[in-house]
This record gives sequence, structure tokens and C-alpha cells, in this order.
Amino acid sequence: MSEVDVSPVPMPAKRRGAQLLMLALAVAIVMGAYANVGLALDGQVPSGMLTYGLSLGGLMLAAYLVLAKFAPWADPLILPLVTLVNGLGLVMIYRLSESDSNTGKLASPNSQLLWTLVGIVLFSLTLIFLRDHRALQRLTYTAGAVGVFLLVSPLIPFIGREINGARIWVGVPGVSAAQIQPAEFAKLALVVFFAGYLVAKRDVLALAGRRLLFIDLPRARDLGPVLIIWGVSLGVLVMQKDLGSSLLLFGTFIAMLYIATQRSSWVIIGILLFVGGAILAGMVFDHVQQRFEVFLNPSDPELFRRVGGSEQLMQGLFALGSGGILGTGLGQGHPELIPLAFSDFIFSATGEELGLTGLMALLMVYALIVERGLRTALAARDPFSKLLGGGLSFILAWQVFIIVGGVTNLIPLTGLVTPFMSQGGSALLANWILIALLVRMSDSARRPPPQAIQNEGMTQVFQR
Amino acid sequence: MNRTLKRVAVACLAMFALLMINVNVKQAVQAEDLRTDARNVRNFFDRYAIERGRITAGGKVIAESVETDSNQFRFVRKYPDAKLYAHVTGFFSPESAEAIEASENDLLDGSSADLLLRRSIDLFTGEPTKGANVELTINPKAQKAAYDALRSSGKRGAVLALNPKTGAILAMVSLPTYDPTELSGTDKGKVFTRYDELAADKSQPLLNRTIAQTYPPGSTFKVVTAAAYLEEDSSRGPETLVDAPQRLPLPNTNISLPNSGGAACGTGRVTLQFALERSCNTPFGKIGMEVGFDALKEQTEKFGMGEPLGVPMRVAQSDFGKDYDKAALAMASIGQRDNRMTPLQMAMIAAGIANDGVVMKPYLVNEITDAKGDAIEEADPDELSEAVSPETAGKLRDMMVSVVDNGTANLAQVPGVKVAGKTGTAETSDGQPPHAWFISFAPANDPQVALAVIVESGAANVGAEASGGHTAAPIAKAVLEAVLNK
Repeated sequence: MSEVDVSPVPMPAKRRGAQLLMLALAVAIVMGAYANVGLALDGQVPSGMLTYGLSLGGLMLAAYLVLAKFAPWADPLILPLVTLVNGLGLVMIYRLSESDSNTGKLASPNSQLLWTLVGIVLFSLTLIFLRDHRALQRLTYTAGAVGVFLLVSPLIPFIGREINGARIWVGVPGVSAAQIQPAEFAKLALVVFFAGYLVAKRDVLALAGRRLLFIDLPRARDLGPVLIIWGVSLGVLVMQKDLGSSLLLFGTFIAMLYIATQRSSWVIIGILLFVGGAILAGMVFDHVQQRFEVFLNPSDPELFRRVGGSEQLMQGLFALGSGGILGTGLGQGHPELIPLAFSDFIFSATGEELGLTGLMALLMVYALIVERGLRTALAARDPFSKLLGGGLSFILAWQVFIIVGGVTNLIPLTGLVTPFMSQGGSALLANWILIALLVRMSDSARRPPPQAIQNEGMTQVFQR
Repeated sequence: MNRTLKRVAVACLAMFALLMINVNVKQAVQAEDLRTDARNVRNFFDRYAIERGRITAGGKVIAESVETDSNQFRFVRKYPDAKLYAHVTGFFSPESAEAIEASENDLLDGSSADLLLRRSIDLFTGEPTKGANVELTINPKAQKAAYDALRSSGKRGAVLALNPKTGAILAMVSLPTYDPTELSGTDKGKVFTRYDELAADKSQPLLNRTIAQTYPPGSTFKVVTAAAYLEEDSSRGPETLVDAPQRLPLPNTNISLPNSGGAACGTGRVTLQFALERSCNTPFGKIGMEVGFDALKEQTEKFGMGEPLGVPMRVAQSDFGKDYDKAALAMASIGQRDNRMTPLQMAMIAAGIANDGVVMKPYLVNEITDAKGDAIEEADPDELSEAVSPETAGKLRDMMVSVVDNGTANLAQVPGVKVAGKTGTAETSDGQPPHAWFISFAPANDPQVALAVIVESGAANVGAEASGGHTAAPIAKAVLEAVLNK
């Protein structure tokens, strides 16, 4: 261990009461938004409101009780914040399903609610059965193998499926409803793998090779793992046409590598490899090049008309512009005009109806979740936990950045789900497990260390 | 590891900061451009977001907005008597509007500054803004009568009826017509296809012939010539004798002007009244040459020609023509040269004579009230010009009554009512049968309605003079009866 953490964070309190209050507030906000949609669209509170409120509120209470019992020292803010974002996503999907448009037909609030319930159950089960996350370290290579298998599984004949031009789905042949996006789970497994692997190898990877300009280059033979991950990412991009996941994985790996080795040279090498890969992909694949053209000049009339051109992005931007600073109000805009408003573009849809004000709040909530996660990593007492916590927090932030930056034309658009908001069960389940891991880690990080008992000499009592 | 974790935390914070800045750029800085972009369909929906005001005629709703179930097109336009009022209401299409829908648009959709107070009140009471209602001057009975009568002729044409004392338009019918509902749908593709079809139709159903089309006036113009002749010397009257040769030689040409069908006009020297009753060409050709171009042109201007008009729809300019030599002037005096008149202008001539020589400014909007029923605008009848002296008007009226009682327009007679009128048959150059005209007002002693009827190619080629009376006069009669409740 290269560094000793003297005093990570001030001694925490449990703050269970505060958590319950925040949770109730989050559910109340979501229910208020839900009623708002009904009032704006039909002039009355939605008929399913009671069911919604009871199921969400009841499940949140159950999750709270599980958390209080099995992770009493856990961070009090993470669960309420995630509940708020997840609930807001549900409201937006419900709102879109109420509009008479193609988008409205594809939005399915009931299945999303069901997935949310399953997600919360998985969250609870993870907390109940994974009593110490460090057990995951023993599964490093298993996690790596599972991760890579999940990643490539859509390429397996018969079960792999291509939807909307991306081959990122697997399903039971002949059953269209039963399909998942394995990449969402792969990303969890791979973060566990990266954390375990890097903890083991970080001292070697941190060894300096030659010094070039101001940068200490790593030794050439240590480049191997980086190149392998780069290759896997490119493979995902090439074989599955999934730009988003490719970028997500590679970026997360580089960030974790940096956290583990403390060498900025890895970041530079990573960026160079990424740029090289992107240029290569841009030259080889039309769809990558097209995304880039669209990014540079989205309002170009010719690109706007082109199939797969900039229309979707522009529709999202039109929605943002029409929403303005205060938004149209829930149920009073026309987010159904945006293709895929319930999934990739749910952020734009939210921006139209809740306005700049709402989006700033939403981004703030995401930032807070990430911040709570990173704080957990800082407070963690062993390198594996630090790396896992940092990796999981970063992948969340990175995913929000890629998709939100994409739909707001900050960066080229690559398809990714907006965590906890976009319609889709796989992502929701995977992200709820991710949150369970963070909560589990925050519990052990915040649990007070064993106290010396003053009156009994040198005897210490350990608490596990 | 905490040092790098903190740096990663800063990097995450920077990413969120970038996202926030960018969202600010999109939703605050560039918002206006994005919102108003032509490809942003929300602007299209906004057109249907407000409950537009009603258009009514005599208390009868002829255009209204109906709420739909869609939240994209909240209100759509309905026209209960679609074709009957098409040229009056116009249509409200996805990207344009026509007639009253266009000219009163800012009141109908509530955006007018006149509705500022109403909007402010709505803002406080939380009621959705509704557009103002427009009540027209149209008399539904007269409109229906004119429409049915013209339609039964099976020809294209137009009817325009006025209240001569105010200028209020009582009927405005133009055939063929169209169904404004078809052009007011929300399906752009369907609407535009239908519009293109109508626009390409040779019978020009979209054209409002009463105000947007000009025709040669034919013999109806003799009224104007007679007016100029009577105005020149107040001692002249219906009994004044005028020369009425069988053919009138045209100066500096080797042709001469015949009467209709080459017939004789009485004994060759007849009263002015007789000449008008029979609609002889030669006496009016001669009178026109005597009165001269300037006096005749001035007389047309006194009847309102040459003045830009809006009712509120823009009215095409009627024109007397120019650069006439004597021969051309003789032809123009009987309405067969370059003179071009809208049916509205011809109705105004009849109305001027009916109203003791005073032409009132024609108008179509009677009253505009806000959604709560408070009046915003009321019609204020306005004098347009003084066409002839009251004495001359009286003489013309007597002669026109005689045309109906004893002359070419006996088909316009209404039992128990003194009807004044003048027929016309306008030759067209394209080999088509001539247009049949009729202008009229009634009752002659207390005029309630003045009108002009034109039936395109409505006159038979043979015995032409009688044909104006034959096809157009019965249509006029139907309208007169409708207005006078006969």
C-alpha cells in the first residue's frame, strides 16, 4: 500500500431518521409530478395514482427497512436521490405514454414500474446477501470472464438480436418480450474485475519506464492490459455498433487505472488510444462518421433530412429550446415529437417540460449521487473498496456525461441509457445493483472503527 | 489512492459543470432560435392551441373552433355550412388563412392589442385565452337564396348584395366554391394536396368572384353613362329625347355600332327612359361621346372606382380604361371596351343610386366581441363618395324601376314591391357565350337591398340582350325576396 489514510472523514452518525424523511420527500415529489401530469392532460388525478403511490412508497419503505437492518451505517442520501431520479423517469415515461404518437405507443410505464420494483428487490437482496463487498475481490477473474461473456453474448447466433441498428440484445428465440441488454450487467462485472485486477497489479503498472517531456511513460510490457481493454472496446464498437458502451467501458477503465496507479501518463495514453480508435472507426464506419458530422452541424438542412441524420438530435434540441428556462410544465409540452423520447432522449423530454430549472436540479441530483459514491470511496479503508467505489461512481458520472452530453450536443451522440430514467429493465436492474454495492460499501466505510476500551489496558475489541 | 480519487472527483464535477453550462446555452442562450426554428413542429401546434373565436352571421355560427381529444391539435376549425360561406369565412389551413379567417386573424386568435385587457384578466383568473368572436353583416337568408339560385343556374358566377343605406354586405356568393373544412385540417399533406388540386382547377373555385374578379360590365354600365348625362344638365330627365339610330357610325372607323341583334330602337328618337328599358346601344354610345371621356371617367370615380377598398378583404380594382378615342369611348359607354368591374363595384353603383346618390363604404364585419361578449369593435357606416345629386338619383331610380316594370328585366319583379334594375350582357372576346349581368335594388322608394348578379357565360349568343334579364334577373329576385321577407 503506497499511502496510509490517516483520518478519512469525520466520524459519521447513522442519520436513519433523515434518510426516512428524504425518502418520503422523494416519493412525495414523484407523486406530485405524477398528479401534475394527469391534471394537465386530462384535468384529473390519474386513476392509477393510488396504486403507483402505494407500490412505490411501500417498496421504498421496505428498502429502507432492509437498509436499516443490514446496512445501518450506510450513506443516508444515496437511496432517496436514486428514488427521486427513478421516480421522475417513471413520470416522464407515463407522461409520454399518454400522448397520441408513435413515441407514446412505445412508452410502457407499467413495465417500467414493474422493473423498478424488481430493481428495488434486487437492491434489497444484494444488501441482504452480500454482507461484505470485499468478498467480490475473490471473484476478480470470474467477474472478468462473466463480464466479457456478457459483452459478446449478443453476437452469439440465435440468442443475439439487433434492434435499431445495434446488436446489443439477447433474448429467448421467438419470445420478443424476453430480452435483455447484457452490456448493462457486463459493465458491473467488469468494474469488479478492474478493481480486483488493478489492486493486484497496480504496483507493477505504476513502475516508471522512460521519461518523455514531463511524463513518466510506463514500461512497454505493462501496456498489455490497456491494449486488451482497448481492443475489447473497439470490438464492441465494431461488432455491435454500440459506440456508447465502448466509450463507457474504455473511459471507466482508464479512470480506474489512474486511481490505482496515480500516473497521469495512463490517462494520456488512454486518450491517445481513444482518439486513434475514434479516427480509425470514423474512417471505416459510416455511422461513426455520420455521428460526427451531425455533432458538428446538427441544424444543417441536408443532414436533417438524411435518414439517420440529425433530425432526432434536433428534435431533442427543439424540445430544450421550447422548454426554455421554466419549461412548459409537465403534460403541457410536446416531448412526444422526439423519437425515442422515453429512452435515449428522456433528458430532452424532461428539459422541455421542466425547463432549464428542472434539468439543473436533475443534474445536481446525479452529481450528488456521484459525490456520495466518491465520498464512500474516500472513506473506505482498503484499496479494493476504494477502487470499486471510485469505479462505480465514475461509471455513473461518465454514463450521464456521455448520454446527456450527447443529446445536448456537447459531444457526439452515442446511444446509452440515462441511468434510472430511460425505459428499459436491464439498465434499471444493473444500476440498482450498482447502488446496492455503493450503499454496502458506504456502510462499512462509515461504520465506526473499533474503539479502545480505556479501562482494560491494551485489550481491543474488534467489531466486524 | 485518495489523491487520485479526489482528482477523479474533481473531474466528475467538471463533467457535470460542463453539462450544466451546455444546458444553459441550449435552454437560455439559443432557446429562442430553437423554439422558432421552422422545423420545430411545436409552432404548428401553437396554431391550434387557442380556441379561436366564432364567425357568425345574423347570429348563426358559420365558423367555430371545436375542442379535440388530441393534445397536439387542441382545437380544430369547423364550418357548419361549409360551401355556402366558403368565400366569406375563408379557411384556416396549417400554414395560411384566407378571407375573414385571415383578415381578422389577430382578433380571432386573441393576439390583437385590442384584447390586451381581456388577456390580462384571463391571466389573473387563470382562464385560457379565447379569441374574439366576429359577427358579420351577412344575412343568412339572403346568402342561402343567392347561393341556391345561382347554383340552380348551373353556371359559374357571383352575387353580391349590400344594404345601400349602410354599405353592409348582405350576401357574398361566388361559384364554384369549395369546402373550407378540407383546407382547414391538421394533416398538412392532405390539406396541401387538396389546395393544389383546387388551385389547379380551371373553374377557379378558390377565387372569390364578387371582389377578386373583374368582368366587362356590358349594358349595366349604361346606368353610369346615363348618370353622367343627367348630371351634366339638371334639366334633363327620363323624358328627355335622345337619338336612337339603328346603327351608330363610329368616328374615324368604317364600322358602326348596332343595337342588340341589329334591332331598331323605337322610332329612332326616343326618351332616355325608353332607351334604358330596351337597353339600346346607339343612344348611350352617342351620349357617351357627347359627355366625353373626362366626365364619364369622373362619374365612375364618383361611384367609388379607382379607390382601394377592403371589406376587409382586399377588393380588386375596377377600371374604366384609358386612352379612348371617340369610337372606343362609344363602346366603353355601353360597357364593351376596356372597362372591368367587380360585382361589388356594380352593386355599389346600384346602391349609390338607391341611397339618393351617396355611396356607402362596403363592409363585412358588423361587430367584434371578446369571449365574454363585450364589444371591442362595432361597424360604423361611412360615406365613400357622393356619386350623383339626389335629383339625378331619383331620375335614375324611376328609369330603373321602369326597366323592371316595362323593360328587359321583368323577371326580377317582386309582387307588391317596386324593384329597380338594369340588365347587362357582356361580350367576351374568347368566343364563349356572353356573361349575364343584373344590378338591382328594392324597394325603390325605401331601398333595403342593392345587388349585382353575374352569371358567367350565362347569356345565349342569340337574342343576347334579353338573356341578361333571363338568367341573372331571377337570381336577383330570389335574393330581394329573401331580404324583404316576401
